[in-house]
Amino acid sequence: MTALSFPSETLTRTGNLNLVPVPPLSDADRKGLTKKEVAADHPTWCPGCGDFSVLALYFKLIEKRKMHHEKITTVAGIGCSSRFPYFVQAHGAHFIHGRALPFASGVSLSRPDLHVFVFGGDGDAFSIGGNHFTHTARKNVKLTYCVMDNWVYGLTKNQTSPTSPLGYKSKTDVWGSGDRPINPMKQAIAAGATFVARTTHTNPNHVLQIMEAAMDHDGFSFIECLSECTEFYPGAFDGTNPRKGGQFPLVPADHDVTDEYAAYKLAEELMPGKFGILYKVNRPTKNANEAKIVTTHREKFAALPDWQILQKNFDRMK
Amino acid sequence: MSDTTTATAPADGTPQVSHISEAVIRIAGNSQDGIQAIGGFLARLAGRSEQEVMTFMTIPSTISGGPSIFQVRIGSGEVLSAGDEADMLLCFYQHSYEAHLGSLKPGGIVLYDSDHVSEINPENLSKYRHIGLPISSLVVEATGGTGREKGKNVYSLGLIAKMFNLDVPKLHRLLGERFAGKDPKVAETAIAAFNGGYSHTLATAAELFKFKPGENVGLNQIVMGGNEALAYGLIAAGVRFGAGYPITPWSDIMELLRKELPKYGGSFMQTEDEIAAVSMAIGASWGGRVAVTGSSGPGISLKTEAIGWAVMAEIPLVVVDVQRGGPSTGMPTNVEQSDLNIACFGGHGDSPRVVIAPSSVEDCFYTAIEAVNIARKYSTPVIILTDQGIASRIEAFPMPDLEKICQDISPDLTPVADHKPYDLAATDGITRHLAPGTRVASGKYPVVTGLEHDELGHPTGSPKLHVQMTAKRRNKLKKLGADLPTPDVFGPPEGQVLLVSWGSSKGPVQEAVKQARAAGDAVSALHIKYINPLPNGLEKIFEAFSHVFVVELNDEGFYGYGQLGAVLRARYCDPKIRGLNKVDGLTWKIREILDRVKAMTK
Repeated sequence: MTALSFPSETLTRTGNLNLVPVPPLSDADRKGLTKKEVAADHPTWCPGCGDFSVLALYFKLIEKRKMHHEKITTVAGIGCSSRFPYFVQAHGAHFIHGRALPFASGVSLSRPDLHVFVFGGDGDAFSIGGNHFTHTARKNVKLTYCVMDNWVYGLTKNQTSPTSPLGYKSKTDVWGSGDRPINPMKQAIAAGATFVARTTHTNPNHVLQIMEAAMDHDGFSFIECLSECTEFYPGAFDGTNPRKGGQFPLVPADHDVTDEYAAYKLAEELMPGKFGILYKVNRPTKNANEAKIVTTHREKFAALPDWQILQKNFDRMK
Repeated sequence: MSDTTTATAPADGTPQVSHISEAVIRIAGNSQDGIQAIGGFLARLAGRSEQEVMTFMTIPSTISGGPSIFQVRIGSGEVLSAGDEADMLLCFYQHSYEAHLGSLKPGGIVLYDSDHVSEINPENLSKYRHIGLPISSLVVEATGGTGREKGKNVYSLGLIAKMFNLDVPKLHRLLGERFAGKDPKVAETAIAAFNGGYSHTLATAAELFKFKPGENVGLNQIVMGGNEALAYGLIAAGVRFGAGYPITPWSDIMELLRKELPKYGGSFMQTEDEIAAVSMAIGASWGGRVAVTGSSGPGISLKTEAIGWAVMAEIPLVVVDVQRGGPSTGMPTNVEQSDLNIACFGGHGDSPRVVIAPSSVEDCFYTAIEAVNIARKYSTPVIILTDQGIASRIEAFPMPDLEKICQDISPDLTPVADHKPYDLAATDGITRHLAPGTRVASGKYPVVTGLEHDELGHPTGSPKLHVQMTAKRRNKLKKLGADLPTPDVFGPPEGQVLLVSWGSSKGPVQEAVKQARAAGDAVSALHIKYINPLPNGLEKIFEAFSHVFVVELNDEGFYGYGQLGAVLRARYCDPKIRGLNKVDGLTWKIREILDRVKAMTK
């Protein structure tokens, strides 16, 4: 047998690092986390940014649902809103631009014990990460994706975004944007997302209600949360804010959330559009489909240790 | 056929039988003729007969059709390469006859299908021994088939079995295994075709052959291809999650993992693109268990940004690069070793990572395990740089001790008091992550990021921290470099020429050394498995030679060093290091290496 220069090692997590194991905490001993316990770095967002409200409501969700610190998993890509994980005192990952969804899918599919929340902006979701949005939706990977849509690139200081409306004047379209904007709701429904909802940062109760419903959905839950960029696109969503003379029309009470065509029709209007859950169906998740494949295969090998399963294959190659 | 001993006298007018220690058999046809299958049977048979075996094949990159070859070298002693010249050529068509006759040794045997090969240049008749049989018609006769020539490969296997006196019961068993689970008629037809070929008298052959017993007597051998060995190595290493996107020649690995991992409670995802694949694997790795992604040339280019993130965040990850001819779409089904630069240096910023190159099918299995262990131990991405030459060749190697080798690398979610993953005071200088789901009693949770960060992973713009963290990422791998074994010189440790190889060139280079030494030349070889970082102590080895030639399947570049050659030049500033390169898409022939050495030392 060939000798390995790097044999298997048990890597101690203790030792020179301050990693003294502590006993696990029983659920009975746990209280809901307070905002203080769950807030980490002070947000780097501009004063008045809509993202503050989304963060505050995420904290509220954690508190209300008595989520355990270690079970909170927050993932983001790149953008103003994607700084999110730094502000949450929990396991978090700030990945590369546009690829938060496949990263989060890797966590979700390999760690069924965690519910993964992904936060990001419209550029991350619909421009550089557009392909991943479509495929994560169609595969119905179990996770919640909250896109804080501000219709502009804020972090790089005012360029056209995939959701910027026609005629929007940015640094890259000084004469006004000429590309038809993406309609996030339609995009999600067409891609096969099983939970599609719309909310806005100016209605905190509604945001919380949608976040809870999204978390409870077994599948890919997508939230478009309008989140104003006060720096580069102030007033973008005034039309949805009754305090600024706009309207906040809810999805009609008689809307059938399982009716794809009705949902698509509701998604047509962008300003003010409809708020609430436009579409929600149950379809087997990628996670469940994979688990089923595993269960079927594992049954055949009953209680065999891994090496014996491999040995069976190798014996056939003699 | 080396080492032919006195032929046994023919007893009954049948051809005489010569005892041989090795043979190179080349089979040439079209890609849909199933010649890979014959090659596979021969290789597997050799493995079961305790013989050494190595194969070589070319497959067209077109979807269906096109010329295809399979070469198998079977030996009773050590086999280091697939062989420069064939002892026997089996060809199905006129084009295969014409294209491959030159690969035959003078006096070699060409067995051809006279139904399709009709034009024979009389000059060739004196150079090679010709045996023409109407194989296509004979198959139809043997199987009672429809004349669609199906089974011509297995019929030919019968002919080869007859010619080389192969173990028929073992071949019958192999055929049975191959068609197990299918309609029993398929296996029956195959056996009928095989027997048809085997019972042919081959009366026109001047001699028949018999292999001397193998040296590996009593050795429990298994036979598989390089990609298979790599995939099984990952499973043995405890990898239970992976993600990939189809591309030749990497796809075999993802197909195998997709099919096999569920048996072990794992899964492999086919993603929408290469970037999603690497991102998903990194996500799963952060989830607590080293995951794998892989690709070939173009796909590796796409993955580089995410690999850079894994370097920055110090996430363990295994990336397989089955190299093929590049750049761009290049030569997708040909061998090349031109991804060394992208593997070692691909990506923006200073992003040190580990690169290891397996040298044989067996080494693929063990390298996969080492890659996982290095990724875990040093919390780093590790790139396994294999190539098309190993990926598709079949070798026999001793059965690994799986009970001993198989590892459990499940995540440890034991709660801890406090944790700083990027602890600058850690004595070993290595980052240790907590998998999400691990409770930290202090309530201070780490984050992972591509931004420069402090010890908890929170972003920082501090110049001091960037300097410290950059050094941390570099030094942990320098430490790995210091832990690497200095490779042994093949042949005497001093002499005129040292041939440096990496990856699949190891076998041909070592065989070249054997031949050169037999001819009285002071040539030795050094094989480098750990490409990035390099092991220490190479300069001492170089000192003892007048010439150091780095044998690589890549272009000599602007300055004449090739890719590994340039790295060695940069590290050792030694003008005697020179490149011995080629990019014809084929593995090294021994003669090519020796001729080049001769020319370069003139």
